Amino acid sequence: MGSTNSTLSKIPNVEELMQETGFTPAHIVRLYDRFEALDKEKTGHLRPQDFGAINRLAMNPIGDRIIGAFFSPGQETVDFHSFVRILAHFRPADKKRPKDPSMPEPVNSRTSKLKYPPLVFSLISVAFQLYDQDKDGKISRAELLQVLRSMLEMQVTEEQLESIADRTIQEADLDKDDAISFEEFRKSLEKVNIDHKMSIRFLR
Amino acid sequence: MIYDRVTIKLLEGLCHKPPKFQNGVKIVLLLLLYQMKLAVNFLTIGLVILSLPCGSYTEIPPKPPGSVTVLPPVKPAGGPQAFPDAENSNLPVFTMDYARIQVPFEVTLWVLLASFAKIGFHVYHKITFWVPESCLLISIGLIVGAIMHSVHEEPPAVLSYNVFFLFMLPPIVLESGYFMPTRPFFENVGTVLWFAVVGTLWNSIGIGMSLYAVCQIEAFEVQDINLQENMLFAAIISAVDPVAVLSVFEDVSVNEQLYIVVFGECLFNDAVTVVLYNMFIFVADMPVVEPVDVFLGVARFFVVGLGGMGFGVIFGFVASFTTRFTSNVREIEPLFIFMYSYLAYLVAELFSISSIMAIVTCALTMKYYVEENVSQRSCTTIRHVVKMLGTISETLIFFFLGVVTITTEHEWNWGYIMFTLLLALVWRGLGVLVLTQIINPFRTIPFNFKDQFILGYGGLRGAISFALVFTLPDSIGRKKLFVTTTICMIMFTVFIQGISIRPLIEFINVRRTNRNLETINVEIHSRLIEHTIAGVEDLCGQWSHYYWKDKFLKFNNRILRKILIRDNRAESSIVALYKKLELQNAMEILDTVSGDINAGSSIVSLQYVYPLCPSSSCSFSLSLSLSLSLSLSLSLSLSFAFSLACSPSLSFSLSVSHSLAPSLACSLSLSLSLSLSLALSCSLSLILLLSLSLALPLLLALSLSHSLALSFALSLSLSLPLSLSLSLSLSLSLSLSLCTNDTHTLWPCPSLCVSLCPPCCLSYTSLHLIHPSSLTHYPFNLNRSDGYLSNTSRRVGIWSIYQG
Repeated sequence: MGSTNSTLSKIPNVEELMQETGFTPAHIVRLYDRFEALDKEKTGHLRPQDFGAINRLAMNPIGDRIIGAFFSPGQETVDFHSFVRILAHFRPADKKRPKDPSMPEPVNSRTSKLKYPPLVFSLISVAFQLYDQDKDGKISRAELLQVLRSMLEMQVTEEQLESIADRTIQEADLDKDDAISFEEFRKSLEKVNIDHKMSIRFLR
Repeated sequence: MIYDRVTIKLLEGLCHKPPKFQNGVKIVLLLLLYQMKLAVNFLTIGLVILSLPCGSYTEIPPKPPGSVTVLPPVKPAGGPQAFPDAENSNLPVFTMDYARIQVPFEVTLWVLLASFAKIGFHVYHKITFWVPESCLLISIGLIVGAIMHSVHEEPPAVLSYNVFFLFMLPPIVLESGYFMPTRPFFENVGTVLWFAVVGTLWNSIGIGMSLYAVCQIEAFEVQDINLQENMLFAAIISAVDPVAVLSVFEDVSVNEQLYIVVFGECLFNDAVTVVLYNMFIFVADMPVVEPVDVFLGVARFFVVGLGGMGFGVIFGFVASFTTRFTSNVREIEPLFIFMYSYLAYLVAELFSISSIMAIVTCALTMKYYVEENVSQRSCTTIRHVVKMLGTISETLIFFFLGVVTITTEHEWNWGYIMFTLLLALVWRGLGVLVLTQIINPFRTIPFNFKDQFILGYGGLRGAISFALVFTLPDSIGRKKLFVTTTICMIMFTVFIQGISIRPLIEFINVRRTNRNLETINVEIHSRLIEHTIAGVEDLCGQWSHYYWKDKFLKFNNRILRKILIRDNRAESSIVALYKKLELQNAMEILDTVSGDINAGSSIVSLQYVYPLCPSSSCSFSLSLSLSLSLSLSLSLSLSFAFSLACSPSLSFSLSVSHSLAPSLACSLSLSLSLSLSLALSCSLSLILLLSLSLALPLLLALSLSHSLALSFALSLSLSLPLSLSLSLSLSLSLSLSLCTNDTHTLWPCPSLCVSLCPPCCLSYTSLHLIHPSSLTHYPFNLNRSDGYLSNTSRRVGIWSIYQG
């Protein structure tokens, strides 16, 4: 644990980070090591190209969108704190943590979007962000088509893609504006246990 | 008249009753024997009925040996004779050979009876909501068993080792394996195997040891059961049974993780059970247990478990490969599925390896590839047939559990039985707690205490334990005690735990899943989320089962699919789901426009031609007088539902006078049908089905009116318990008895009928039959059609789960 402590001391504001995200020291250390491994030029910030170096991520159909999710609009780089904060969304929801009213509700709560400024995402809004690249608060037909195309690649023709997209919008679109708003998105997923599906067990 | 010796015995016992009732009783007892000696009784009953109005009652000579019954001449009220003279040296016009068809005939009748019971349950929806079907089936089985026991008949040996394990169990396990949701299964495979293997071991050893300790207590008088026998018994009853568990958990929607662990555990604990059972049987004969035997046991476990899985996978691949070439023989495509999976089962049984695991893994492996190779129709056929076979098997198993409970010999021992029940619960609870604590850190979504409670509580035992205990070698001294204890265990878990698990789940608010979530939205978003998770994990540089899943998928795409699938176009689940949903939509459109016409012709005809459609029950609130006619309608409508051809004729017959003589004359000419319809009036629902299958409306109606008088008399004369049992399954007949026009006979009957009939029969009643001859159209058929549609949609719903 000595190395842990020494690594921890290198990270500024680590206590606050741990409280906010709920990661244990071991998790933070591991993530820091990963951060440093990705940050080849040791600038303390990551750029999109650094993410692109991960081969398997490059092969992921929505790899570039995932990378994009780490960068808030306008930012070119991401530092360790933001890195950890975004990853904290994927931790399994820890129900045993005492509800201390003074403490801000942890980042990975399902509804935190409603209580926090737009920069703090909830799980669903993370998913929503992956669709909504132009950040207008709606998934338009074109954006949906793009995602479908990247996921289905060679398997279907363009017409089939369009019919699938049509059906998707038809199912979810309640106010008939030919786009899926965040509310409609949330509603279509209300029966799905997002916590279960979107949780990653972070290794120590 | 020809009766067999049983009837004679019973008839002798009734000498003290008044003659009129005696006749009636004799008739009903005869009809009770239907199930056993059906063909013979058909004719004999016909003859009995014929002779009754004449006031005469012929002698009862003993049945001559030989299968062909020769019938003496009868003097009917005036009509053609149906039966030839006894002494004939000429060509016999009419012969009968029951023994030749006996076995298949009785098998068919038992299956029909059990299936009929299943139909009967769904008449009243609330029952099946709160009480799982397994309990209802066991209850009906108990009643039939009581009937059979009272006439000293042996039930067919369905739960014997060979019949059960070779014919009854494979369909159920195939169905579970085929419809197992693969994705959640593979995500939880570690937990499943952990609970199946270690959990069962824990239970067996724990229960065995504690029971041995209990046996040492002198007060219970079971000191002669040694340790090996106790361990053997514990191995038998500690296995959670897939049949019982699935029938309960199917209706209850707990969250997916919990469901898959319970589901998987009960399927995969077979390996451990097989090993332990064989080991302890072997050891029970040996005086001394050596340590090397324990090691051999462990080695055997690996052979059994991995061998089972290995065989399953091999056969699965062979089946997939075979279906690659079946594009020209589409009609027999489904056959390959069944044959290969059954073959996997049998080969595993040959080597005494876990056959259940073999067939389950075969189905799992096969499904994915086969469904891409076969045509759409074959796919549907396979699913339908698998589901049908599984349901039949399950129905029969529970039914016979009830029957055999009554007819086996029991040895009751309060201490042993109570302690077994208690220990089983305690050890399962402890086992779940301990094992979950150990495995939770390795799970992404750990089990909370509520999940653990349901996991422990959902450990139902069922027919596999019973079959195993039934075939214990007789060298084990206290075999009867074991049988009784196993039955108690099964009854306890199936009834008490099975019934209470649904309210408990709602009460403690376990995390639920709505399983009907097949929308294209959910599929697309789920896919997206999976990719995201995989991506983020790569980002964090860690492996998880997504990594393995990815690797397997690549291997699958590159190699396996090329070999096993004919038309290799990798298809994303999104596209597959989209196609499926579009197909479903198209079918739904067709259904609402024209589909109901076919089945709906029955509803239509019922609605306009003969408004006797069953509607939802309102009978209880009605007055007695009304209930009379209601019960009448009950019987008629039920017969309706099944023989649509009857509809016009039945009304006709009702409006016709109820005079018996002319109907007799008519019925004589068609002896078989007459007797069958008589059976309708007085006997088991089984017979009902038979008579209905002969769509001879006029005779049916006529004989109904005829037998009504008889059955009425019967009901009064019989003691309450018997009539109770009659009424449960024979609610039809009792109500039939009310339709005669003699008002003085009507009054006592309704009280019997109403009070005894369970709600399910009365729910069929319609309001209309106050005026039997009127053909006005009542607006109650909407319930029926709604019920029909909702049934269809529910079926579709269930199917969509299984197609996941």
